[in-house]
Amino acid sequence: MAPSSLTRRGLLGSTAGGLALLPIADRAQAIPASPVSHPADTATALPQQDITLLINGQRMDLTIEPRTSLLDVLREQAGLTGTKKGCDHGSCGACTVHLDGRRVVSCLTLAIRCQDKAITTIEGLTVNGDLHPVQAAFMDHDAFQCGYCTPGQIMSAVALIDEGHTGSPAEMREWMSGNICRCGAYPNIVDAIHDAATRMQEG
Amino acid sequence: MQILGQPLNRIDGRLKVTGGARYAGEFTAPGMLHAALVESTIGAGQITGFELSEAQAMPGVVLIITPQNAIRLGGQNGAPQTVHAPLLQDMTVYYNRQHVAVVVADTLDRALAAAASVRVHYQPGEPLTRMESVLDQAYVPKHFRNGSRSPDSRRGDPETAFSSAAVQLEATYTTPIENHNPMEPHATLAQWNGTKLTVWHSTQGISGTQTSFAALFGIDPTDVHVLCPFLGGGFGCKGNTWPPAILAAMAAKMVGRPVRLAITREQMFTSNGYRPQTIQKLRFAAGQDGRLVSMRHDGFSQMSMPALGEYSEPVALATEMLYACDNVAVTHRLVATNASLPTYMRAPGEAPGNFALESAMDELAAQLQLDPIEFRLRNYAEIDPHENKPFASKALRACYAMGAEAFGWSRRNPAPRSMRDGRYLVGMGMATSTYPTNRSPASARVSIGANGATLVQAGSQDIGTGTYTVMAQTAAQTLGIPLGWVRVQLGDSNLPKAPVSGGSMTVASLGPAVLAACQSVRGKLFDMARADRWQGASDQALNLANGAVVGPDGRIPIAELMAHRGMQAVESTAHAESGPEKQQYSMHAFGAQFAEVRVDPELGEIRVARYVAAFDGGRILNAKTARSQLIGGIVYGIGMALLEQTHVDEETGRVVNANIAEYLVPVNADVPPIEAFFVPNDERRSNPLGAKGIGELPMVGVAAAVVNAVWHATGVRVRQLPIRLEEIITS
Amino acid sequence: MQAFTLARPNGLDSATTTAAATGTKYIAGGTDLMQLMKNNVEAPTHLVDLEPLGLSAIHIDDNGARLEAMARMSDVAAHPAIIAGWPVISQALLASASPQVRNMGTMGGNLLQRTRCGYFRDTGFACNKRDPGSGCPAIPGENRLLAILGGSDRCIATHPSDFAVALVALDATVELHDAGGSTRQLRVRDFHRLPGDSPQNETNLQPGEMITAIVVPASPAARRCTYLKVRDRASFEFALVAAAVAMQVTNGTISDIRVAAGGVGTKPWHLPEVEAALHGQTLNDDNLRDAAMQAGQGARPASQNAFKLPLLRNVVLRALRTVAA
Repeated sequence: MAPSSLTRRGLLGSTAGGLALLPIADRAQAIPASPVSHPADTATALPQQDITLLINGQRMDLTIEPRTSLLDVLREQAGLTGTKKGCDHGSCGACTVHLDGRRVVSCLTLAIRCQDKAITTIEGLTVNGDLHPVQAAFMDHDAFQCGYCTPGQIMSAVALIDEGHTGSPAEMREWMSGNICRCGAYPNIVDAIHDAATRMQEG
Repeated sequence: MQILGQPLNRIDGRLKVTGGARYAGEFTAPGMLHAALVESTIGAGQITGFELSEAQAMPGVVLIITPQNAIRLGGQNGAPQTVHAPLLQDMTVYYNRQHVAVVVADTLDRALAAAASVRVHYQPGEPLTRMESVLDQAYVPKHFRNGSRSPDSRRGDPETAFSSAAVQLEATYTTPIENHNPMEPHATLAQWNGTKLTVWHSTQGISGTQTSFAALFGIDPTDVHVLCPFLGGGFGCKGNTWPPAILAAMAAKMVGRPVRLAITREQMFTSNGYRPQTIQKLRFAAGQDGRLVSMRHDGFSQMSMPALGEYSEPVALATEMLYACDNVAVTHRLVATNASLPTYMRAPGEAPGNFALESAMDELAAQLQLDPIEFRLRNYAEIDPHENKPFASKALRACYAMGAEAFGWSRRNPAPRSMRDGRYLVGMGMATSTYPTNRSPASARVSIGANGATLVQAGSQDIGTGTYTVMAQTAAQTLGIPLGWVRVQLGDSNLPKAPVSGGSMTVASLGPAVLAACQSVRGKLFDMARADRWQGASDQALNLANGAVVGPDGRIPIAELMAHRGMQAVESTAHAESGPEKQQYSMHAFGAQFAEVRVDPELGEIRVARYVAAFDGGRILNAKTARSQLIGGIVYGIGMALLEQTHVDEETGRVVNANIAEYLVPVNADVPPIEAFFVPNDERRSNPLGAKGIGELPMVGVAAAVVNAVWHATGVRVRQLPIRLEEIITS
Repeated sequence: MQAFTLARPNGLDSATTTAAATGTKYIAGGTDLMQLMKNNVEAPTHLVDLEPLGLSAIHIDDNGARLEAMARMSDVAAHPAIIAGWPVISQALLASASPQVRNMGTMGGNLLQRTRCGYFRDTGFACNKRDPGSGCPAIPGENRLLAILGGSDRCIATHPSDFAVALVALDATVELHDAGGSTRQLRVRDFHRLPGDSPQNETNLQPGEMITAIVVPASPAARRCTYLKVRDRASFEFALVAAAVAMQVTNGTISDIRVAAGGVGTKPWHLPEVEAALHGQTLNDDNLRDAAMQAGQGARPASQNAFKLPLLRNVVLRALRTVAA
């Protein structure tokens, strides 16, 4: 599929990312007078940069601060909230995405360093409405409860199968240990991965 | 067509595996701003001032709220789920990491950066951080179980019985502070439209949230609209309306724009409750015949300063009812510390309480040289000895028998440190679990369209347990339609009222309301069919199947029934609540937990190698989602047994491991194969659906089963959770 | 996290020149630096991105392995020649963090990761490492995870790396490149500093100096080695105690022995006392046990971590027995 070009930069007026573009005066009207709190009217412009990200095969033009994580760009600016924020410190795996085909935690990834890299999120796994075999297996094996860690689990599981770590349940458990599931669906997750890997092998 | 009870996939599963399920923090509103909390760095004292100039000068900062400019909020006004303090209403600091200011900015990064630049000046006090040091100042809870029962109870004369008993055990068991750590941190988006407020909020109870906001902002509850279509886990910490949610609405009101406040993982440790530390003193005694003659369970649980509210961990309630014993006394006491307010956490009371109770039972069994199951059977309570009432049902004997069989309990050599596998010491342990069957009033609306498409609506929420799915099954079964025709809408406070999703009572409360609404819809369709063709036909002579009323001589599509009458749909709203059965019966779920551990005696590593558990959860409505709850509860219990502890610095009262790298919860590699199943028990005495509630039951007793297994493996009796390798390591 | 600018240098010299400025830091995998910045423990105003430099090759020859600084943990761990020639490196890397983090973390960054001490990572506490002279509440406080070796009365923070423990055992060296364009080599054993009176100074890197590669010598012992890590959780946790052991046995005699430990020291901890007790000795279990009991000389446990000393000895013994078998 050829990447299509989708410009988000112009669409941001009504969302969080676009507010930086509002004139200061517009913001000031919203502020109640207060002796201790007032809007910053001396704020200097931060270094914002234009970048183009390739997300799920689509080019997306964005204006971001260098400090913004890939996770926050996906959730707050690209509108892709399937990637979850669980700890923001790389300790839970809920934000797992694929970067050039490898699983990474997007919370510890600076978006500005992702220019020219292929980003795949949970939204990109489904092709024309067809679930990826791992997604289908997660449903069949009830490999989740609340669902919040699930996109990260699935992105990790897809990578794990690709990496070839489906040799045994113990191996799968170890290689899924970067994804915490507080609902405790771990045995079902392992069953789902085994099932999906088998189905994928059979083609 | 049997739909209830089947192992069906979740109807919301596709949304969850595709990233399409939206959680509270993922909604936006035009012009939305971001709020971030500033937290205290002292454990007690007074704020003397704020230095805000640096933060205010930072890009994108719109407003900084401190106690000096915060909106004054209303009082209690009968909003029981509300946590009233601290809400920036005064300058007192009650605990370390208390939120003392809120920064509102145009982006999340900017709000967080500015929050880190707010300087706060204090007159520090001396924080009280260790409950052990002030145990003598323990006090009686004022609102134990919200006043529904006494914190103390006694029957017989446990002291005299103890002193003359053949076998005695006197031991203190402790459990640490534990944090729920659902994967979704709390988030709130608040939007005002004049005096009307809309909040997207991660909550286990949208109705309570609605009354909390209304009471604090002095508006009518009908002017508060709470939305929570999906919840990323709660485990109790999303049961109350905690201050950050209120602060989001306060910020939105002050800036006149929608504000989202998503708290960070670190803030989760002090912003929304935790399971308090407990110290439990047990004095149990038995006769040589293996019968319990005396049980005394004195529970102390750690509290915040009383100004923040009250929560007691009801550790000894299971001790009152689980075994037949004539002489029993239990007490519950609180110990105030400079900490945030504790709260319900999965199996509140039962989880830490059964750790103590079932450890003590194991210790006594060993002293009596009785098999632990045999000891429990000798003290089996045929009726509830505390309430002196029959159980609605109790299939605990079957749990012991079937669990032991599946586990291979008969292979257990009773002597500790007697079983090995290579270098590993192998231990087998068991424990009983129990959890009360709760139920609260609930309402639901059901509407069936001409084409059979059915909508079930209730002001409940699916916290991950499968409420969407089980309610759809209930409707499909009752209305005789395929599951795929049913859509369920929850998580909206405009819908008929339903209780908080806590106490394992959602199915038992909401299920009967959905059932009643469906039965009402069915009755209306039957009446229409009687009017059109089958005058005088009894309910038994009629049936609903695949969108038609089936009668003695054929079927009438419901579309036809509605078309005559110019109707698009037939709808009913029903209310359901407990009847006299609550007075007649004691209602509990039960289970038997079996753990096998492997301990490396030199390296100290303790791993659960195998786990089997059998439960009496009453009637099971979805075998697949129910099994997931069992497994999930056991995993939660393994965390409690081996890993979880919130460490508090003694000097400052500040949490040292406020992250989930060092607050250890189980990862996939910690979890062995688990065989968890239900014993048959299809009764309707507890409630019309016969469901006992299974959200908390499976974690009750896990810690004891693991501790008992570690004792069996090593000979070391651990009375303090979590089990640490330093307690069993041999040099 | 405070705002910063990011430079993408076009060469080594431009990177080191830029990085010498105050408030500037390199960013490699970013897995630790990002956490520290989110916690406001680090607040650089300028970052130099090392990714454009490449520097991610893994070179193997008869003398040893040369791991360029930006090589990813997962790539090094999975490299067949590493698994064959230095299995302890692969094992130590695979015992670290999570698969996702290992796909991001780099060789150089791993050596420079900072302690997990909860007092250091939270600006709400005093900390001599973060704020020199402010005090150390960790020593009298929650110290179970902290070091028993190499501490001072200013700091007992544990060095968290597994990989560095393997490198210390194998006596690897780091290649450094400075702002003046010159290069030097430093043994990994000399790379990290003890806290002493200045726990804020953790390494012997000069301002702007960059790790460009890690060189691990080849040896028969390096092929006969193991990494053993003990922790409370079965995976995805830093070490309570870990040991890296490499051994060469010639005609029943231990002719080369390398031992280092993790989780116990304020830096990756070399155990020469164990090596001395075994070098030239007959390989038998009594000798292994006697040597393991030497481990941790000079240990000064705090109130909650005394167990680490007997555990260290047991871990070293188990690792010795594993390679001896």
